Amino acid sequence: MLTTQMVDRLQQALWDTVLMVSVSAGIAVLAGIPLAVFLVTSGSDGIFPAPRLNRIIGTVVNGFRAVPFIVLLVALIPFTRLVAGTTIGVWAAIVPLSVSATPFFARIAEVSLREVDPGLVEAAQSIGCRRWDIVRHVLLPEALPGIAGGFTITVVSMIGASAMAGAVGAGGLGDVAIRYGYQRFDTTVMLVVIAILILLVSAVQFSGDHAVRRLKAR
Amino acid sequence: MTGAAATLARSAVTEIPAAAAAIRKAGTVRFEGLGKTYRSSAGEVQALSSIDLDIRAGEIFGIIGRSGAGKSSLLRTINRLERPTTGRVLVDGEDIALLDEAGLVALRRRVGMIFQHFNLLSAKTVYENVALPLRVAGVARDEITRRVDQALDLVGLAGKGGTYPSRLSGGQKQRVGIARALVSRPEILLCDEATSALDPETTVSILRLLRDINQRLGLTIVLITHEMSVIREICDRVVVLERGEIAEQGEVWQVFGAPRHPATQALLQPLQHGLPEDLADRLHETRRGPEDQAVVELTFAGSAVPDLAQLTELAGGRGLRLLSSQIDRIQGRAIGKLLLALGPGGDAEFPAHLADRTRIIGYVDDTDG
Ligand SMILES: Nc1ncnc2c1ncn2[C@@H]1O[C@H](COP(=O)(O)OP(=O)(O)OP(=O)(O)O)[C@@H](O)[C@H]1O
Ligand SMILES: [Mg+2]
Repeated sequence: MLTTQMVDRLQQALWDTVLMVSVSAGIAVLAGIPLAVFLVTSGSDGIFPAPRLNRIIGTVVNGFRAVPFIVLLVALIPFTRLVAGTTIGVWAAIVPLSVSATPFFARIAEVSLREVDPGLVEAAQSIGCRRWDIVRHVLLPEALPGIAGGFTITVVSMIGASAMAGAVGAGGLGDVAIRYGYQRFDTTVMLVVIAILILLVSAVQFSGDHAVRRLKAR
Repeated sequence: MTGAAATLARSAVTEIPAAAAAIRKAGTVRFEGLGKTYRSSAGEVQALSSIDLDIRAGEIFGIIGRSGAGKSSLLRTINRLERPTTGRVLVDGEDIALLDEAGLVALRRRVGMIFQHFNLLSAKTVYENVALPLRVAGVARDEITRRVDQALDLVGLAGKGGTYPSRLSGGQKQRVGIARALVSRPEILLCDEATSALDPETTVSILRLLRDINQRLGLTIVLITHEMSVIREICDRVVVLERGEIAEQGEVWQVFGAPRHPATQALLQPLQHGLPEDLADRLHETRRGPEDQAVVELTFAGSAVPDLAQLTELAGGRGLRLLSSQIDRIQGRAIGKLLLALGPGGDAEFPAHLADRTRIIGYVDDTDG
């Protein structure tokens, strides 16, 4: 059975994971949506054409997407120290988590934005919308269900990544699972952590699906 | 539709008169040596070349032509959704190629557009869709409410403001499209196959709405359609495009009454009845005997009126049968053909004033078969 000490530890770990994931997810949205809008609108036939910059940014995004998270985690250590002032703990983990989630989410949001019917953009132009009006009133609202679905996928994969960050001293559920489950062969703790992760992911997926359904019901 | 027409009358009377008088003079489009070439990785496509054309204020102007003839390309240069490669487009005398972004936005508020697939924003309600042109123009909130309600009233959709477009029928969606296009009080309305996705009955009601709008608000309407009946019903003048060039243009009754270009003839073919098949089988080119009946085709292209009394008189007592008839009244003129069988007794002379063209197309032994 679990000691009360272990229950406290698990509680703290759950909280750490939720904190890591939500702050990083917030950053991923704040940075990822503008990035996605840029990628979609700056193509040579887009509403803000800047094809060279578009190619450069696209390549950078792909670069980040190509590096496995665990490698990124290590490679970013100097940057993390610069930003968070430390390389261990929850706040330090948020740096690589956001850096990895942002391009991931941006690409998913980009797909949804590209699926917006060009006829709608044209209609907006024909009624005198300026370019920013089009982003605000057409692209983002019309792509919102898809973006919400993409956000769900992003958060779920971040929960997984946060467990990996735990391996390098970030705290959270992954940290507990590795320290007690793996290094001390405490199977119960391992199973409890797995159960919590499953519940967490299910809850995220459920609310995400629900939100998408509501957005689509219009 | 009658409901819409009634609300149309009401709101137009209460709101528009002063504006309409001012608007009447505006709403002209002139194309000068217009050319458009699309360049893509697949190569170049010359969509339009040397188009010279005038669209007058307050008229309903039709653009027809085969698929790929350049109709949409031409229409879309009017609000600069497409930029000409050569030549100029003048709206109310102003070269729109010279407009900066602010000027372009202002132009587009004077030129409304509706689309085949409506292009309504699915994330916004009907009200929000119609309000958007005013919102982005920075119109005050209560003014927006007033004008959106008025526009929805105009198209017969009062009370539907809170609905999302996905819950509307095609005809209702197009009405929202029209309301959205009209809410900025444009001088020109562009319609790219606006009724192509609608059933015949809804098409008629939308056309009626467009004509009412044209007459009450003095709006210039430029429309593309594949349905010749649409042109016949509501257009004043029509241009026929063929491979990016003007094949012919003119008053609808002229073009439909006497199509000169093969492209026009091909487009109008579906409207023609042609020679009834049983008759065609028995028709011979030359007279074989005195009992033969002459089959006469009278073509009406707008100047003559089918005068039945005169025709009967001409036939004398010989008998004159109507084999097939197809006369449309277009812009107050009789356009079409009559096919008559003249009873036995030699060829009669049909005087020139009887029809625009008279021709004996052959002889039959007996019209009853
Ligand atoms: N954006 C584009 N890029 C490349 N070619 C184009 C583009 N738009 C139109 N074209 C080409 O230009 C020509 C004229 O097209 P347009 O759409 O004006 O024809 P249309 O008369 O409206 O045809 P439809 O009746 O099928 O709508 C066609 O050959 C078409 O393939
Ligand atoms: Mg077209």
